[in-house]
Amino acid sequence: MTLAYLLAGVVMIALTAYALLGGADFGGGVWDLLAFGPRKDRQRELIAHAIGPVWEANHVWLILAVVLLFTCFPLAFTAIAIDLHIPLTLALIGIVLRGSAFSFRAYGDSRAAGVRRWGRVFSIASLITPLLLGMCVGAVTSSAPWDAAGPGTFRSTFIGTWLNWYCASVGVLALAAFAFLAAAYLTVETTDAELREDFRLRGLWAGIVVGVAALLVLLLAGTAARSMQEGLLHSTWSVPLHLATLGVAVTAVSALWVRRWRLARVAAALEVAFLLWGWGLGQFPYLLPPNLTIEDAAAPQATLEGVTIALVLGGAVLIPSLIYLFRVFKSANRTIESP
Amino acid sequence: MSDLFAARSQMALSLAFHIVFAVIGIGMPVLMALAERQWQRTGDPAYLDLAKRWARGTAILFAVGAVSGTVLSFELGLLWPRFMAFAGPIIGMPFSLEGFAFFTEAIFLGIYLYGRDRISPRAHFTAAILVAVSGALSGVFVVIANAWMNAPTGFTFDRVPILASDVHPLAAMANPAAFPEALHMILAAYAATGFGVAGIHALLILRGRTAPFHKYALRLALLVGVPAAILQPISGDVAARHVAVAQPAKLAAAEALFVTQDHAPLELGGFPDMAARVDRWGVRIPAALSLLAFHDPSAQVTGLDRIPADQWPNVPVVHLAFDVMVGIGTYLALVGLWVLLSAWRRGAIGRAHFRALAIATPLGFIAIEAGWVVTEVGRQPWIIYGVLRTGDAVTPMPGLVVPFTVITLLYVFLAVVVTRLLMRHVARSPQ
Repeated sequence: MTLAYLLAGVVMIALTAYALLGGADFGGGVWDLLAFGPRKDRQRELIAHAIGPVWEANHVWLILAVVLLFTCFPLAFTAIAIDLHIPLTLALIGIVLRGSAFSFRAYGDSRAAGVRRWGRVFSIASLITPLLLGMCVGAVTSSAPWDAAGPGTFRSTFIGTWLNWYCASVGVLALAAFAFLAAAYLTVETTDAELREDFRLRGLWAGIVVGVAALLVLLLAGTAARSMQEGLLHSTWSVPLHLATLGVAVTAVSALWVRRWRLARVAAALEVAFLLWGWGLGQFPYLLPPNLTIEDAAAPQATLEGVTIALVLGGAVLIPSLIYLFRVFKSANRTIESP
Repeated sequence: MSDLFAARSQMALSLAFHIVFAVIGIGMPVLMALAERQWQRTGDPAYLDLAKRWARGTAILFAVGAVSGTVLSFELGLLWPRFMAFAGPIIGMPFSLEGFAFFTEAIFLGIYLYGRDRISPRAHFTAAILVAVSGALSGVFVVIANAWMNAPTGFTFDRVPILASDVHPLAAMANPAAFPEALHMILAAYAATGFGVAGIHALLILRGRTAPFHKYALRLALLVGVPAAILQPISGDVAARHVAVAQPAKLAAAEALFVTQDHAPLELGGFPDMAARVDRWGVRIPAALSLLAFHDPSAQVTGLDRIPADQWPNVPVVHLAFDVMVGIGTYLALVGLWVLLSAWRRGAIGRAHFRALAIATPLGFIAIEAGWVVTEVGRQPWIIYGVLRTGDAVTPMPGLVVPFTVITLLYVFLAVVVTRLLMRHVARSPQ
């Protein structure tokens, strides 16, 4: 195993953390948008309380993944940044609006109208951003030719790479997975039985959508992301991985059904992590199928070594800090007073 | 608008927008930590109120800083893919370290903002300190990456800079511009934030607000801003002497020095006449530039005549920005000294001081923007000085005026909202 593989693994870990933590924050925004019924204000409050202390830290996983990508795999980053200019710019606008609107609502505008307005911006941006990020992931996995492969037309290079049914299905999968995660997490965030039931129901529905979307992605991959589909269906690890994913998926949904909240949270997180690693394994050893492998895209050895040292040093600070953060805010069900 | 110009404008706008919030993210945690410490030491509730209100304001600004920083990390590739393909492996190291520092800052800011009732006062104060330290560190790392663009080291390449070979990330981090730039920027962040906050409270005091809250705020803000402002000219000198040697074109443009000469004069103000190649209507101080740049009045300073014309930066822009930066820096340092001396001699400061401070409120930030114009525009046409031209680094994506327009609208909108929220936040402070 080379250093390049190791660092590609770290990028995957950062993306997984972003999906499990930052993704759930997006999912929270989705449930904010879809809040209805007699308890809709309480639902929104719970979501804001759950996200408040952690969203900025959760968000940094994305930055870490991007930085590692451009440092360790500059050719892949460059190709992605060129071809996916449009969806990435749109996703960035979503990220900016979501983060700013959340903080404006939480700390700035305490008038009812302001809270409502920023809540709306926050929730709509939370819905659109995962769709776009998912579409970008879809584009990465598909066998479309990348910039490096030669000049195409504007449509084929800058639009066709990501605006297609396959990428859209990956976007829907990402959105559904994030919403599912958020619902499962939120059942643990409150002691209010009614709110728990609200999010239990939402989680059950979202869990089903995740399953359907995952199947759809696999189906559509047949033409758009052939090597990915090959990897997913015909590798030695295919059957065990799919069985494991299916296992945690069924566990997550059944745990919600029988109100085992903590088990549901863990199983939901595992399910999303398995989906992500299925993607990673499915396209291994390619970083950008069909041409660019991890090793081809890798930076010089000295860079990889330097980054590895930086990761060890940074991790030594980061991991205890993160554990502390989550212990302070996520260990008990006390309400948190915002400043 | 050409694609290159649109890309440069979008990058400039994104940096100019982000830097304000980044600077506040470096400066405000220090103020928060000081207020927190005073509250824990004196038990005076006005300090608690101050710490809480500063935290609230910081939370808004930090969030906008975090997301606008995310935009930049993507834009490096979205706009300058050829640059990132070359530079990523060389300067990824400081970016990675910055990632961790920023991560730490975000974690402990969350703990500080929401943890007051959940952790001990000591842990809470430590969280504030950690936010301040990691905030400063993340600024230092990012500036080191920028410094490398000005003084690239730690690699070799074949004539065409597509992929670097023989990469040494640590040598790249230890580039000669790193120390002067990082020192100058961190001091600038403390000076701008300190004077910004001090100015707001000075204005409120002038308007008749008498609560001790404002006096405390003013004092703590000056404690951070004044030393930084007084030290800043020294760090500016370090930076200028580095630029004089390493990037003569930048210094020549900043000073509108068209002809290489010894006993080079310092041009204050004026407007460079590009056709006649002279600076018009400026105040000229003989030999002062030689003295400042080389600490020797007879030293020879390279003028633009020694630089091939296709490697000139935009002289009027760089010169004007440089004068704005230096002018404001001088004003802040003088006001700082004056406040310090008065407070020391008479134990108090009066309305004249408050007025001078109120004027200073936005100045530090304007100086920072101007300083970055000098650094970035002054480096053109290079994106990596002497290695890769900006025009060769831009993305092949056409129609870049569209994302530029969209990002401009977004940031103008956010700037208006943030300003209004902060004004309301300040207005609600104690009478």
